[in-house]
Order: sequence, then structure tokens, then C-alpha cells
Amino acid sequence: MKEIMIGNAAVARGMYEAGCGVVSSYPGTPSTEITEFASLYNEIYCEWAPNEKVAMEVAFGASLGGKRSACAMKHVGLNVAADPLFTMSYTGVNGGLVICVADDPGMHSSQNEQDSRHYAIAAKVPMLEPADSKESLEFTKRAFEISEKYDTPVILRMCTRIAHSQSIVETSEREEVPQKEYEKNIAKYVMMPGNAKHRHPFVEERTELLRKEVSESDEFNKVEMGGTEIGIITSGASYQYVKEIFGDKVSVLKIGMVNPLPVDKIKDFADKVQRLVVIEELDGVIESHCRNNGINVEGKELFTNIGEYSQKTIAEVLGLEKKESIAPDTALPIRPPVMCAGCPHRGMFYTLSQNKVTVSGDIGCYTLGAQLPLGAIDTTLCMGASISGLHGFNKAMGEKGEKKSVAVIGDSTFMHSGMTGLVNIAYNASNSTVIILDNSITGMTGHQQNPTTGYTIKGDPASKIDLESFCRAIGINRVRVVDPYNLLECDKAVKEELAAEEPSVIISRRPCVLLKYVKPKKPVVVDTDKCKSCKKCMKLGCPAISMHNKKAHIDATLCVGCGVCEQLCAFDAIKGEE
Amino acid sequence: METKSIMIVGVGGQGSLLASKLLGRVLMNEGYDVKVSEVHGMSQRGGSVVTYVRYGEKVYSPIIEEGEADFVISFEKLEGARWAHCLKKGGKLIVNTQQIDPMPVITGAAVYPENILDELTAKGLDIDAIDALSLAEEAGSSKAVNVVLMGRLAKYFHIDYNKWEEALAQSVKPQFIDLNKKALSLGYNF
Repeated sequence: MKEIMIGNAAVARGMYEAGCGVVSSYPGTPSTEITEFASLYNEIYCEWAPNEKVAMEVAFGASLGGKRSACAMKHVGLNVAADPLFTMSYTGVNGGLVICVADDPGMHSSQNEQDSRHYAIAAKVPMLEPADSKESLEFTKRAFEISEKYDTPVILRMCTRIAHSQSIVETSEREEVPQKEYEKNIAKYVMMPGNAKHRHPFVEERTELLRKEVSESDEFNKVEMGGTEIGIITSGASYQYVKEIFGDKVSVLKIGMVNPLPVDKIKDFADKVQRLVVIEELDGVIESHCRNNGINVEGKELFTNIGEYSQKTIAEVLGLEKKESIAPDTALPIRPPVMCAGCPHRGMFYTLSQNKVTVSGDIGCYTLGAQLPLGAIDTTLCMGASISGLHGFNKAMGEKGEKKSVAVIGDSTFMHSGMTGLVNIAYNASNSTVIILDNSITGMTGHQQNPTTGYTIKGDPASKIDLESFCRAIGINRVRVVDPYNLLECDKAVKEELAAEEPSVIISRRPCVLLKYVKPKKPVVVDTDKCKSCKKCMKLGCPAISMHNKKAHIDATLCVGCGVCEQLCAFDAIKGEE
Repeated sequence: METKSIMIVGVGGQGSLLASKLLGRVLMNEGYDVKVSEVHGMSQRGGSVVTYVRYGEKVYSPIIEEGEADFVISFEKLEGARWAHCLKKGGKLIVNTQQIDPMPVITGAAVYPENILDELTAKGLDIDAIDALSLAEEAGSSKAVNVVLMGRLAKYFHIDYNKWEEALAQSVKPQFIDLNKKALSLGYNF
């Protein structure tokens, strides 16, 4: 059947059609929908794991148990899961195992722009890269077959433009694959030095075999001959831009298997064209491969290794004419994303900014707390780093840090990799204050369940981690819960816990205002006679509050009646529902 | 045929994902090759968001750039101005006259430009401005701005109106079909 779907949905469809039985992932833009769509198929067991390392190990276990299995993550998630990846390359698989990783050139929603292809090369694992939804589906299915035939995990590399672009696919029925028998094989699956030494040569041979049998064939790495003045080697989204600009005017070698790359095929192609150019987003991976094999190419001296490409950027570099248009108006006010009206994080961030606290931040919606006017976050590095970073900061700063700094981390991020940092604080005794912003959901990636929410990915009831008991159990004696809609309570808690002579945890608890079960209250209203235009309410950075005719004004379509601004007004000018 | 390009722009949370889903489905049902590219995630809320829809015999690039769009459909005035340079010569801007202040305007760091649409008209752009918010409210929900604007776009297409209703029924939950059909027709007939 013909259907239109985003690349991520097509990957999920490919898993389904390939008879995949187990998917375990941690959400991360732009990979999240792979697992969400997979969970809609009853034939696939799907779960949100606490982090990517756990997810990949679950997929490994399921493969060992004989089922086709998969996991999905964003590029930085692969850093977390790199440990199992490198050794799974040695153990190989039983049931087919596919690792989906989504890169984010242009950093639409990421903290860095790393190129996952380096992982495939370093871990010596095959990597496929589709260029649209149709290929996303087909390559996923083929990835399982390659995984089983060559006894290797296979990485499917997505990028934002492929993951989040809808295009037309041809779907077919699911093919049930019989579950493989699990056979004990210590030499293959127990990676202690003696065994690993025997597996490493296998890995090297496997790579050469994959190069010869798959990469050099036409299946993934296709030559599309056109004009021979320029030959372009490209892959993924860049392939689409190249075809958009040139159509058949140039010859193209489209790379669908990024690792191992072909050698003979590229040499043949090079012989047929006058000028050979590699166009690849991010790092010059294909280009280096060509140079290492003595093939003369142009690449990063023309095209940047920063940001996302487009038909325009490529056309400009190759000296094509610019399209006629009016000039972009660069003087317009920008519109950055903002914390929602009624966001429970706002009250806590306001408190922190008022107390002039140094805030060690983390990854989530709440990173927006760094935006003005709140400007309440000092650092954001990676998942979980808020807590471990704060401990180090306090060890360096002593009392000067301990009395003036906190870590903030969401419930999902705390489960992901924050809790190990908190164990370190308890164990190595820094007098640190950690604030868990518990909004009862994984927010930024679009509302996924996690171990603290009490529900599975399918919405079924699940065991719910009790954060208070957890923190106490690892040795934090001072644990208190506050409502971030209550500014006085927040202020008191922050002041008292910073002053305390031992580590403490403040759980700032209120569900995300966008959750369906959270019913908004009536919007607050401004009594313009009482409003003295002091603009104190504007310090909250709430998108529902603006100044109209020098008086505070509440946008009733946005306001959910959280009442935080009402508490702030010294003149009683803002009134909510009684 | 040459590939056609439509941009849907607005403020995160205004429902551009449904609009692009509807448009993509109509075009696919008509037998075109279609690509729709969007940015996902809650972290886009309140920010400037862009969706690209391209269709034709064979579509390659999923994105649209300066001087390439046949239509820009803007859910908000300022966003219309922000993306107007993507229109090709002779392209049309369909814009909701609603004003949503971005954070720099709210905090007083910037001023929301006045007469923004007049200035664009003065630059020679073909503009169809409608108060989609009022029409959406008339249909029964302020959230239906997206479908009102798709109804407006439908007016410029040689695709049977029934096909739009059909695709709408495939794109929204059954309980919201009536409301959205009304929104579509209000935009179309405005």
C-alpha cells in the first residue's frame, strides 16, 4: 500500500515488516518517533528504557534470546551507549540487531553536531544511511538481514531532514521470522581478554567481507550516470539537494552504505568523470576514505563541515545563479522558543534568579530557563551533568560554592543519568543542593513516559519510582517536596537547603501543563486601575504577559491561571479565580 | 511538471503539523510525489516554526529556500514577514492577521513592527490577508486557525473541494471532523 510517512515512522514500519520482536529506546529528538511508531504495532514489544546504554543492552539481550531486536537514539545518545556498541561488534548477534541513530546537522534540537559515522568506523560496525522514507523502510529491513548474515549489529544512520520529512513509501505485510535458538557459546559471548582476542580478527575479516559483498555491489551504493563533467559522491539528505539542483546534468555516486565504504566502485566512478566532488554534511568521512585510497577528490575545501546543507548552499558553492527574491528582513524581532505559560519550571527558576544562585543545568525543556529574562542557568553540558558537575564545582569552590549553587534536573533526566551523580554526592560528601524538576513526564521530546511516571510506553500502569524514597535510600537525609506554583514555599526551601550543612534534594513537583489530564484554571485578569506599571510580573518571562498601554496585560488564550504572577504583584492588580 | 513548493510558517503550538499532514495527504491522494519536512518537539513551542511541503512528478529536496516558494501560508503576521523572502516571483503570501508578540517584544527588548503587511505589499508581494482566528472561533475553536488557512489555500488549487474534506477526515479524530469541516469551508468561502 502507498502511504506518506516521516522517515522515523518508515523505520518503525520496516522493523514491523522485518518481524522485529523487541525495541528498547530512550527518547531524543530527532529519533523519538521511531520507537513511538513501533509501539503502535502489537507484534513488537516496545519500551522506554531509562537511558540509551540500557536500551542497547536490552536489544542485545533480546537478540541473544533469538528475536530480531532494535534500539533508537539521537546522536548524543550513542555516546551513552558506546560502551556496549564497541564490544557487541565483537560478540556479534543471534537474532538480527539494528541500532538506529539520528544525527542533527544544524542542531535543530541538540547540544552538539557530532557525526555518528565515526562511531561505525571506530566500532567496525556496518552503517546504512537512507535518503528518504522509502529507503528508511527498505534499509531497515535489509539491516536485519545483514545483521544475521554477517553476525554483526548494524547501525541505521538517520538525520533530522530524513527522520522528520514525510515522503511516500510502499508498505507490505509483516514477515514473521522464527525465533532463533539460544545456544550457550562462551567463546563468542563472554568478552574476557582470551576470547576477545579471537573475536577481533573475525571483526576485521567481517568488515572486508561486507565491503566486497555488500558495499561494492549496487544495492546500497548506486551510480547514476549523467553528465560527466562533474561526478558527485554524496549520501542522505545531501543526495536530495544535489539531485534537486542538477537532475541528470551530473553523475552521482549515491552512498547508502556508509561503512564499510567501497573502494573499487569509487575508483571506477572517478575514472568516468572529469571532476570528482564529495558532498557530505558534517565531517569529511567519505572524502578521507577516498584520499586514503589514493582517489583524488574535492570536498571540505569547498563545503563546510558546519551546519545543515541545502540546495541553496550547494548551488552557491558550485557557482550557480541565485534565485530571484525580495531581501530577507533581518531587522524583525526574533522569536526564540519559550517556556509555556503555566510551565511549572518557571516559579522555581524565578526563585533561583532572585536568589542569585549559580545553577548547574541539564538537558530538557527547562534548559530554556537560561533564556532572558530569567537567565537562571549557568551551565548545560549533557544528560546528568548538572549533578556531577555541581559536586565538582563545590569540591573546587568549598563553602563559596555550596552556599550559593544548585543543580537542576528533570525527572526523566534524573533517571537517565542523574541518579549516579547523586550517589556520588552522598558517597563523597559534598554539601550540594539538587533540585529535581519533577513534571511527571519526559517533556522536551514530546511527552514520553519514564520510570517516575507510573506508565509504560503503551500507557499501561507500571511500577513508579518514588523519588523521595530513592534519594533517602542512597543516603540523602534532607529531601523535601515543593510546589513550584508557590513562590514563598520555593524561596524558603532554596534558602534553607543552601544553608543546610549536608547534601539535600528539593523535588519541585507539578505535572507539565500540556499533559491532557492537567485542567487549566481560568485566566487571571489585570485590574488596570491598580497596575502601577512596575513590570515585576514581566520578570517571569511568561508568554501570556505583555505590556499594553503601559499596563500589564494577560493573553487569555495562553494563560492557564497558574497564579505565579498574581503572587508577585505588590499592588494586588492581578486576580485569578477564587 | 515542475515541482511546486509551499511553506507553512507560524508560532510553535499553532497546529502547523496538522495543516501539513492534511496538505500532504490531499496531494498524495491526487497522485503526486510529495515531501513534507517539519521540525518536531515540545522545545519548539512559542518559537518560530517552519514546515515545507513540496509536490510534483518527482520531488528531491524536502526543503524550500529563498525565491522558491509558490505559496507561503503564515499563521501569524510577523512570521509572514520573516519568511516572505522565500516566495518566488509571482508567489502568494496567505497570512493570518493575528499578532502574537515574541518574547523580545514582551520583555521590551524589541518592538513589534507596525504596518508590516503594508510594507510587504509595497515591496510588490501578492498578499491574501485574512482574520483566520475569528473564522476559527466561528467554527467552534480558536485552535482551528490551521484548517481555516488550509481552506483558504484550497481556493487557489484546482483540486475538487470534496477531496480536501476527504483528506481532512483522514487527518483528524472523528470527534473533531465537523468542527474542522466548518473551519475549512469558512476559510475557503471567506
